[in-house]
Amino acid sequence: MGDAATTAGPVAGTDTAYETVIGLECHVELSTRTKMFCGCRNEFGAPPNTNVCPVCLGHPGTLPVPNERAIESIVRIGLAFDCEIAPHSLFHRKNYFYPDMPKNFQISQYDLPICVGGHLDVEVDGEGRRIGITRVHMEEDTGKTTHAGATGRIAGADYALEDYNRAGVPLVEIVSEPDLRSPAEARAYLTELRATLLALGVSDVRMEEGSLRCDANISVRPVGHPEFGTKVEIKNMNSIRSVERALRHEQERQVGVLAGGGRVVQETRHFDETTGTTTSMRSKEEAFDYRYFPEPDLSPLEPDPAWVERLRAELPELPAARRRRFEQRYAVPPAQAATLAADHAWAAFFEEAAAGADPRLVANWMTGDLAGLLNEAGIELAGAKVGPRHLTALARLLADGTISSAGAKAALAEAFATGEAIEAVVRARGLAQVSDEGALTAVVDEVIAENPGPVEQFRGGKEGALNALIGPVMKKTGGSANPQVVRDLLRARLSR
Amino acid sequence: MTALCDRTGHDLAAALRAGEVSAAEILAATTARIEAVDARVGAFLTRTGDLAARQAATVDARLAAGEAAALPAVAGIPLALKDVLTTRGVRTTAGSRILEPYVPPYDCTAWERLAAAGSVLVGKTNCDEFAMGSSNENSAYAPVRNPWNLDTVPGGSSGGSAAAVAAGEAVWALGTDTGGSVRQPAALCGVVGLKPTYGLVSRYGLIAFASSLDHVGTFTRDVRDAATLLSAIAGHDPRDATSLPEPAGDYVRGLEDGVRGLRVGVVEEWLSMEGIQPGVRDAVSAALDRLEGLGASVVPVRLPHADYALSAYYLIAPAECSSNLARYDGVRYGARAAGAADVVEMNARTRGAGFGDEVKRRIMLGTYALSAGYYDAYYGQAQKVRTLVIRDFEAAFGQVDVIASPTSPTTAFRLGERTGDPLAMYLSDIFTIPANLAGVPGISIPCGLADGLPVGFQLMGRLRDEATVLRAARALEDAIGFAARPPLVAGLPA
Repeated sequence: MGDAATTAGPVAGTDTAYETVIGLECHVELSTRTKMFCGCRNEFGAPPNTNVCPVCLGHPGTLPVPNERAIESIVRIGLAFDCEIAPHSLFHRKNYFYPDMPKNFQISQYDLPICVGGHLDVEVDGEGRRIGITRVHMEEDTGKTTHAGATGRIAGADYALEDYNRAGVPLVEIVSEPDLRSPAEARAYLTELRATLLALGVSDVRMEEGSLRCDANISVRPVGHPEFGTKVEIKNMNSIRSVERALRHEQERQVGVLAGGGRVVQETRHFDETTGTTTSMRSKEEAFDYRYFPEPDLSPLEPDPAWVERLRAELPELPAARRRRFEQRYAVPPAQAATLAADHAWAAFFEEAAAGADPRLVANWMTGDLAGLLNEAGIELAGAKVGPRHLTALARLLADGTISSAGAKAALAEAFATGEAIEAVVRARGLAQVSDEGALTAVVDEVIAENPGPVEQFRGGKEGALNALIGPVMKKTGGSANPQVVRDLLRARLSR
Repeated sequence: MTALCDRTGHDLAAALRAGEVSAAEILAATTARIEAVDARVGAFLTRTGDLAARQAATVDARLAAGEAAALPAVAGIPLALKDVLTTRGVRTTAGSRILEPYVPPYDCTAWERLAAAGSVLVGKTNCDEFAMGSSNENSAYAPVRNPWNLDTVPGGSSGGSAAAVAAGEAVWALGTDTGGSVRQPAALCGVVGLKPTYGLVSRYGLIAFASSLDHVGTFTRDVRDAATLLSAIAGHDPRDATSLPEPAGDYVRGLEDGVRGLRVGVVEEWLSMEGIQPGVRDAVSAALDRLEGLGASVVPVRLPHADYALSAYYLIAPAECSSNLARYDGVRYGARAAGAADVVEMNARTRGAGFGDEVKRRIMLGTYALSAGYYDAYYGQAQKVRTLVIRDFEAAFGQVDVIASPTSPTTAFRLGERTGDPLAMYLSDIFTIPANLAGVPGISIPCGLADGLPVGFQLMGRLRDEATVLRAARALEDAIGFAARPPLVAGLPA
């Protein structure tokens, strides 16, 4: 965190401050039931070449037929970003040879994409920024090549294996304007983008599975310069964190080049996850000529305006709006509101749980302990054994003093493992706090007798000394004493 | 008496239903004809005798079961398919070495519909490689010879289908027409060739040459058969996104309604242009007179941009072909060159060995036309011309109901005569290409002989107005009464 707009700052030995300019190109695999242009299943992780047919294998004479659900999804994405939905857009062929592309051309869009000119609002360090979206277009994914042999990389491979399960999966490309000014902003943009797509339910947007992929264009320029610096494209980043890391590294590298009197070369660079650095892949001179031309096997896309308006009206609440609502209606702190609002499952869980208990407590325990437990177990919220009812019960028992924080922690962990109701766990484990003064008085008196020092200090007016007495009481009761009751009791006994 | 294999489909269908003949007998006659002449004609690349026998037996069984009334019109009639139309389990080469070992896992829609209707497939016909050519000499396997004169070409690219129907090796056949590849060989072989409206017949399973210009078309012995075969294969196909939405019509209905009051447009420049064979001009003029005699009015029309159609076609078609043929890389199916060190070399060697000269020429032309910096001047400009040609047709069809012309400027030419001169070869399609650019229907019917070789008469109509084109063609066919038969066939016992 903490990247100000002029991130790179003055470089040692110079007076120049540099500004970073970043634009992102994201590819999102849609989670439609079938592929973009054929009826094959669209699923991740199936055995190689089992979700294939003559169409997605590019057999002679086969033809593409667009998936209506995919078109609906991209229109909804465009609407969520406030794009214009083009009344007339075209599929183009992008021609290049690669064995994982069955037709040796990719059906994509070129100068007439379906969604143009939107934006995404992001927040960095409490400051809002509007990032322009140049375009959102529809295309098909390629298959997957595995280079087999000694090294696993292209050079030195003995042979290559092709898996065409992914070939023809609907892919949406979202191109931002060069509006991002720091790696942290890029991260915030990606986080917001991901949250928006999740809210739309159009993709599972998992970077580790490749359903969200991101390439970055980055340049630096002296602050105040009207023109952009020479841009470099970075590829192969497989998490939002690695996008930020790669951009940080590249930003420093470019500033270093310029500060050293050198020139940044326009090229494509590869990010290495293990070293955290970028290396050159190919220069501009090696760029391909894709020979785009309109796909003659497909008609122009001309969506019915009434249909588009219906989709617009049916858009779900998007994360930004949800975040604001959580902050205002439930008084949840911004960071927690952002976490809860980012994911549809989390937001629904939260609202259901918060309906019956203090929302701030629910938010706190969801984003704290529950998130930790899920993370540890490596599962999603949807797969957890605890539901909103557990969090409602937990927050209620905390609020009325039945359980302490420590008790709540233990109860949630147990319920998370077994799925049992919080109340049952609290009973079975004896996690309820002892608030009965009669039961605690003996222990309190015992502690007073054993700790003359702190007793003296408190009586001498040192309020803080009371804590030195609460600790031992909690210890003697095995943590089950209600700390507030103990505090009140101690005060009462000592002032007598 | 005419041999069974030389009769028309509708005639045979009636005989089948009347119990005069069996599907097995029709097939036997056709097979015997293939055995007798195909060593000389070379119409077939792959024969499907076992499949045909099974299909014929199924039809005979249905007839025996008293199902004659429910039998589709195409049932039991021997059919040939151009080898760019895929057939499940039957090798489909597109006339190319690169697909020599290719056995498709699926049927093209046209054949799927015909097969379901009881059609009998006798084989896959020879053609120019990937349908690129006007003489069938670009087949990677062997040229086809014209049954009217074995020293001449049958036309192309569907030369095998045209020759097969002319020689009685099939009663009817399907071909494909990208720039005239059904109509021109039909003209040169003296049969009826129909290219319907773009999108009327599904292209699913048509091995693409130029997607926006490719059409499935029919070869038959008369116009009624063209209407019958079209009715069996037309209609919306959800597997082809460019397929027209409506279901198949019955194109036989109204066929005999005549041409009284019909307005026939003639592009006068076409008849007077240089390079048109006098015998062709005379036969076409005579046919126009007959149309007038039947009550049609013949009026001049203009297609001002048609002069540029050929140039536009030879940019658009190669551009699309350069992309469509990229998939033949040796990775997934078809031929693969051995001994390459890496995938790039394997691709290059496979394509180098697998494609013939004309295919390579067009891939290079098309790649160039689409390249950065040239796109606007070539492909982009050609598309503009295409739009102008479409407007020309729209304007002309505001004044006339059909447009008539020669199908090809000449009759069948000698083998080898134009192989060294691609431009001369390309001119064979000068009258047929405009209909492909505009997507309008066109038909070629024989209108006489010039120096002993058939002359084709072309009629083009409005988009989706096959009915008028077929009706006019039928009336003219009836008036002309073209009954000549190829000497090769005429000499055979019935």
